[in-house]
Amino acid sequence: MNETYRALAEFAQTWGLVYFVAIFLCVLAYALNPRRKGEFDEAARLPLSED
Amino acid sequence: MTQLSSATRQENGGSGATEPGVDQSGRKKLTFGEGGLAFVFAVMTLVCITVASRAQDPGYAFHAYLSALASVAAVFVILNRYVERPAALPPLEIAGKPNYNMGPVKFATVAAMFWGIAGFTVGVIIAFQLAFPWLNFDLPWTAFGRLRPLHTSAVIFAFGGNVLIGTSFYVVQRTSRARLAGELAPWFVVLGYNFFIVIAGTGYLLGITQSKEYAEPEWYADLWLTVVWVTYLLVFLATLWRRKEPHIYVANWFYLAFIVTIAMLHLGNNASLPVSVFSPKSYIVWSGVQDAMVQWWYGHNAVGFFLTAGFLAIMYYFIPKRADRPVYSYRLSIIHFWALIFLYIWAGPHHLHYTALPDWAQTLGMTFSIMLWMPSWGGMINGLMTLSGAWDKLRTDPVIRMMVVSVAFYGMSTFEGPMMSVKAVNSLSHYTDWTIGHVHSGALGWVAYISFGAIYCLVPWLWNKRELYSLRLVNWHFWISTLGIVFYISAMWVAGILQGLMWRAYTSLGFLEYSFIETVEAMHPFYIIRAVGGVLFLLGALLMAFNLYMTIRQPDAVEADTGARAPSLVPAE
Repeated sequence: MNETYRALAEFAQTWGLVYFVAIFLCVLAYALNPRRKGEFDEAARLPLSED
Repeated sequence: MTQLSSATRQENGGSGATEPGVDQSGRKKLTFGEGGLAFVFAVMTLVCITVASRAQDPGYAFHAYLSALASVAAVFVILNRYVERPAALPPLEIAGKPNYNMGPVKFATVAAMFWGIAGFTVGVIIAFQLAFPWLNFDLPWTAFGRLRPLHTSAVIFAFGGNVLIGTSFYVVQRTSRARLAGELAPWFVVLGYNFFIVIAGTGYLLGITQSKEYAEPEWYADLWLTVVWVTYLLVFLATLWRRKEPHIYVANWFYLAFIVTIAMLHLGNNASLPVSVFSPKSYIVWSGVQDAMVQWWYGHNAVGFFLTAGFLAIMYYFIPKRADRPVYSYRLSIIHFWALIFLYIWAGPHHLHYTALPDWAQTLGMTFSIMLWMPSWGGMINGLMTLSGAWDKLRTDPVIRMMVVSVAFYGMSTFEGPMMSVKAVNSLSHYTDWTIGHVHSGALGWVAYISFGAIYCLVPWLWNKRELYSLRLVNWHFWISTLGIVFYISAMWVAGILQGLMWRAYTSLGFLEYSFIETVEAMHPFYIIRAVGGVLFLLGALLMAFNLYMTIRQPDAVEADTGARAPSLVPAE
């Protein structure tokens, strides 16, 4: 029990961190990609441009 | 109506016969949804009567009879709706424009106002009970312990929940340019959700509770809510699925995160086994500190995903719309979204500082809470800066002012929260009224104000009016209730810190300096100030209800500028 707990806690505390940082970098890459600027500028106006 | 249905039949040409709701010869027929749902409710009626006849608790019997009655009513309404409706179901589009389904949104908006005023009133009552304990009247049904969950559930789930369901159904339709999915399903969601509220609220008064904060309803109410909530998710997803707009607008992401996460939290925190189907009592499968951790994983994320993500969706739609400005930075809104949902889910352990919870888990909760500063303030800046170029509207439009002040309160309470999650600060603040003050700066300042702003926008749009009955009344509402909030939170800050310091004061000989009752006595003046603040907040909400009622009674706006909104074009609501 104690061994399992320790192993799980260690896994979560190391690889969990790596996983989250990696995912967050992906989000940043998606959001800040200059090629998407046009799409996002358009999206920002979405509530205003409805019929 | 006949015009509409014949128009659809023409559009569909010869294949119109395969439309649901119409048979080969174009005559009306019962859809699978109508027949199926009516059958399910008929069976439910029998089940509920059987359970009621053998119920082990009078309160539970009352709920079973109430459910039986509601099931009979549901069968009647579904069949009556079938009889009254035209043969063809409402078309998805009329003359190339989406035929929005705003009936459920209207219902949720009115329900939100009703429950809001009920919840604020109970809040005022329990605030006075704390200052003057004789107001408990020595009756079980009016005791603070039963009224307090009635207040919290009424304001969070009844008021807040109806605002979220209503606005989400509105926003997902408008930003997808598509009619809400399903005909009965959206009504099942709003009516089913409000029935859950009635069961939960009456249960508390009758003493039926599983004693989990913000998750008090017992197993049968939880099961019902699960069915309603899954339907809500499906309606939302199916509406997004039929969208005409290629991009899914950021407000819908926040709504979706709110719906999905609440489903997950609800199932995790209510994994309980009933003693018997004839008893309201159940036992949770978690035990000891695990139960505590699951409870606060639920409890904190009810704040994070119900009271934050859902209302941020409102911010991202209604502030740009009302200010007539695009979102300040759409990129920031994406980073805001992902950072917020990744971090919030880990912050729960800060409710269990200095308990049996492992130390590393407490530290983890604290660390993630502090990291939450970033997305919270990112979101606040994005909301406030959306007004850049339109700051003058703060002066002229009290509705915008209400929403902007709400975002400012969001910034303030999301600064205060992480600070209180620091273990050293928490050792002073925990179990004191500081926590109550913090919660209310978020609940009254952020959640209620952004909701009021959204409702002030929605009512003229939904009921097809040019504008609100009176902007001056909105202004009065704003100032009266802002004064109320300031009274409330400043009284609770002083009371909380005073309480915390008195509890930890030692004499030179190492004895506690104050007995507990002395700390209670010291709270008295602050409890009165808090109650007065609550009365002012309630007064503001009453002004709002009057203003909205008068708005709905106004003559309709002229046809020319109503084409798109036109809820009156929606047949058979």
